[in-house]
Formats: sequence, structure tokens, C-alpha cells
Amino acid sequence: MSEYIIETIKTGIIETLQMTFFASVLAYAAGLPIGILLYATAKGRILSNRGVNLVTGFIVNVARSLPFLILLVLLIPFTRLVTGSSIGTKASIVPLTVGAIPIVARMVESSLSEVSPGIIEAAASMGASPLYMIVHFILPEATPSLLLGAAINISTVLGYSAMAGVIGGGGLGAIALQYGYYRYQKEVLWTTVTILVIMVMVIQEGGNLIAKKTRK
Amino acid sequence: MGEVFNLEHVYKNYKNDGKEFSALEDVSLSIKEGEVFGIIGMSGAGKSTLVRTLNRLEEVSGGSVSFFGQDLAGLKPGELRLIRRQMAMIFQNFNLLSQRTVLSNVMQPLRIAGTPRPERKAKALEMLEIVGLEDKKNEYPARLSGGQRQRVAIARALASDPKVLLCDEATSALDPKMTGEILDLLGEINRSRKLTIVIITHEMSVVERICDRVAIIDKGKLAEIGEVEEIFRNPRSEPARKLVFPGNPFDPSDRDSRLIRLVFDGLAANRPFIAELVEKTGRKVNILSANTKSVGGIGYGQMVVELPPQKEEQELIIQFFKDGGLSVQEVKRS
Ligand SMILES: Nc1ncnc2c1ncn2[C@@H]1O[C@H](COP(=O)(O)OP(=O)(O)O)[C@@H](O)[C@H]1O
Ligand SMILES: [Mg+2]
Repeated sequence: MSEYIIETIKTGIIETLQMTFFASVLAYAAGLPIGILLYATAKGRILSNRGVNLVTGFIVNVARSLPFLILLVLLIPFTRLVTGSSIGTKASIVPLTVGAIPIVARMVESSLSEVSPGIIEAAASMGASPLYMIVHFILPEATPSLLLGAAINISTVLGYSAMAGVIGGGGLGAIALQYGYYRYQKEVLWTTVTILVIMVMVIQEGGNLIAKKTRK
Repeated sequence: MGEVFNLEHVYKNYKNDGKEFSALEDVSLSIKEGEVFGIIGMSGAGKSTLVRTLNRLEEVSGGSVSFFGQDLAGLKPGELRLIRRQMAMIFQNFNLLSQRTVLSNVMQPLRIAGTPRPERKAKALEMLEIVGLEDKKNEYPARLSGGQRQRVAIARALASDPKVLLCDEATSALDPKMTGEILDLLGEINRSRKLTIVIITHEMSVVERICDRVAIIDKGKLAEIGEVEEIFRNPRSEPARKLVFPGNPFDPSDRDSRLIRLVFDGLAANRPFIAELVEKTGRKVNILSANTKSVGGIGYGQMVVELPPQKEEQELIIQFFKDGGLSVQEVKRS
């Protein structure tokens, strides 16, 4: 492989990490509250509200059932509006975030649902408000499970970021597509794919390790 | 003394797949300040439902529950939270935060009440000392035994200086030795802090050990209520009898013979009644079961005997026991 390609791959790694990092942070910033809302408003829960739960659940389900590639295309006008462009690393962060939000929300909801009802009952019997229960009882109890979920979600975002290469996003996915598919340089294709696999494994195993460490 | 709780005609219905199910039916009782009040019944009798109406974790379907004269039903959410801080609850499964240290767990109620941090810590340490676990303050609950976890839960419950402690099967997950220790600790706290304690259990031994009064709940209804000693001496309702005198270890020799139960307290326990019966009347009975227990420092004994088939013989024997001052009850055969 030429110097030039090696440099390109290095840049690609950094772009992929940037996309994954910012999209994940933004997806959690939105997905965590939505997940909490889905959890808390469900039947029999602390802020049970059928209407809110149904509407939120419906939107999340619709967003989640769209294939990511379709979402990428659908979001082009919105991406252009937000970032001023529809191609490049920065632009890819928008559809990645939007695509990850419903996934994060459902994952958070499922982690919170694992918290034993006894803990919530104990909190209620102490006179804790619903907000207090969420912040000081439910979230801390769910932390190991939330971290495991985060490792899965971040890996998913990383995988999606490679797909963003198809419509002009940056990162390793774009390189794999350009060199491996259009120019048929097999070794570039395999190198980028290997790097992607290693990145996913590191995130997944690192996440598992951290989750294990936090579980008391 | 004042009343901590007063329940009037409390009903609780659940809807199970569209069918109404009555978990509590017309329960009226009151719990007095400073007493250890037991609520006993078989599994599914409605005990947990009943105790949960006391802090309104469960809304009643009818009737009223009041705490120091204040009707709980009328409270707004914020007011209810303030009232709940005057009650504390411990559970069968301890319900400690697994991701927080023992000390942090004990501080929770104080944090909820908005106590400043340094004070919170001092108070929590004081509570851990009461339950004998100061040295475990930095441990996580997973590393403690069941008995120790329940002690942490008790420390947590006491931290906010509650007026009443509600215990829902607090010893049911513990072995007999730990159960004894936890009950002794609760008794000690009741005496030293004059804390009213409500104890839910399905075990008569728990009631015997620390309760002053007991309510017997059967199929959602209040079967009997009274002083523990009195109920042991003379259980009037069928559910109470079943709890005080569980099944007979021996089968009667005749399927249709008449069985009676003799109950005697510490005073009568010294006399050899059966020997006297044989000596004075020449009649014999078949002893099916006998046991003794100590309630409030007084020994109680009970014996189930099978009577001879002849009606006159039976009456003569029963009269003999009654004259001797024993309480005699018919035993229903199931
Ligand atoms: N949330 C609920 N929904 C429907 N039925 C319930 C609910 N909670 C309790 N029950 C029913 O009410 C009855 C009494 O339950 P419970 O008070 O837990 O009994 P106990 O504590 O005496 O074992 C049981 O038959 C139980 O199935
Ligand atoms: Mg129960």
C-alpha cells in the first residue's frame, strides 16, 4: 500500500472515531431522557401516563423501523439545514444521531425495566419524589446494564458510520467503498474492514469490562 | 396512649383479567403508640396489601386509613411524601441499593428529607452502630449476609426518626438464628426508642416472640384481634386456632372419634392431669399431640386428645378437665 493510502486510512480512522463519538454523545443526550420517559410513563410505573407513553412509543418505533440507509437519504435536507452541507464527516453525524436516538431510547427503557420493583417501593416508602427516584434509585441501580447497552449502541453507531460513506460521509466506510468497491483494491478493502472489526471489538469488550467493574 | 393508625371498614379490590378480586374486606382496627403489632395470616391472605395501605403504597377501594388522626386518602402527593417520611418500612428482600455502599444506603432517607451532608453522615453512622454494623459502612450489600442486609435496612429505616416501623415479612428470608437476632433487635428498638412497630408475618413464632397484640387475617377479612397472650390462651376463630395449634402429628385411632384440645397456662402446667384422670375416674384418653410454648414469660401448653367412643364417657372426661380449670375445645376434623 502506498504512503498516500496509509495516510488516507489514518485520517479515516480519526473521522470514524469522531463520527462515532459525537453521534453517540448526541444520541444519548436525546435518547436517555426519551428512554426514561418511555420507562416512567409505562403502565404501573411511577409516572404512568398512557397517552404520553403511546405517542412516544409510536414515534420511537417508526424511527427505529426505518432502515438506516433510507434514513440517510430522507434526512439529506435536514442535514443540509443543520450543518450547511450534506456530505463529509460533520454532515454524517446528523443522520447517525437521528438513527441512534430510538435505539438508545429502547435500550435505556429496557435497562431501567430490569430494576427491581422492590427498590422503587422502598424509595416510595421513604417519601421520595418521582424525579428523586429516577436520579438516585433507578439510574444508579441500572448503571451496569446501561453501560452494557451503551457498548452495544456505540458499536452500532460505528457500523452505521461506515454506511454513511455510501452517501458521501467520511471515515473508513467511505475508504472501503472507494478503494475496495470502485477501484477494486482488495488489500485496502480488507485493511479497513479489519480495522473496523477491531474497533467494534475494542468498544464492545471495553464496555463489557467497565460494566463488570461497576457492578457491585 | 394515642393511636398511630386507625383503619375503618377498609376494602381493597383488585381487577384480575376483568374479574373483581377482593383482597381486603371490611377491615377495621387500630394500632396504638408504642406497641409491637403483629398481622398474621396464611400466604395470600392480604397481609402485604393491608400493610401497604398504611403508607398508601396501596390505595384503598373503600373505608379509611388515618395516621395520627389524619386521613391518608385526602393527602396531595407532596403531603403524602412528607407523611411517609414519618413512617419507615423494611421488606423481605431488604430492597437495598446494590450499587451503593452501606453508608450511602443508610443516608438515603436523610437525603430525601434534605438533611445537610455532614449531619446525614453522622446520623447514618449512629444508626449503623445501633444495628452493630459500623465496620461494614464501606461495603456493598452484595457482600453481606441476609441478616446483615436486614440490619442495614433497619438502620436505614431508623435514620429519619420515624414514628412507626412497618415490617413486611422482614425475617421470612432469614434462617431461624438470624430471625431471632433481628426480632430481638426490633424488640430492643421498640423499647429503647418507644417506636411503634407493625410486623407482618406468616409465622406464629414471630408473633410469640415480640408482638404485644396481633390481628389474624384470613382471606382478606379480620378474623380475630387481641392481646397475643389472650389469643394463645383462647383462640376463638377457626383461623386463629389453626395458627396457634397447627396440625396433629398423630392420626387418631378411629376416623370418626371425638377429639378435644386442652389448653393450660403456666399455673395449671404443673399438675399431672392425665395421670389424675386415670387415677380418679379410671377413664383413659389417647394423646395425639402435645406441645408447650412461652408467651410473654408464661408457659402455655396444649394437648390434643382422642376420647373414647361412648357419649357418657366423653362428657365425664370433659367435665373432669373443666373442673381442673383447663380450657377445652372441640377439634374439627378435616
Ligand atoms: N397488584 C395486584 N393485583 C392483583 N391482585 C393482587 C395484587 N396484589 C395482591 N394481589 C392479590 O391479593 C391477595 C393478597 O395478596 P397479599 O396482600 O400480597 O397477600 P399476603 O401478603 O398475605 O401473602 C393475593 O391473592 C394476591 O394475588
Ligand atoms: Mg406478603
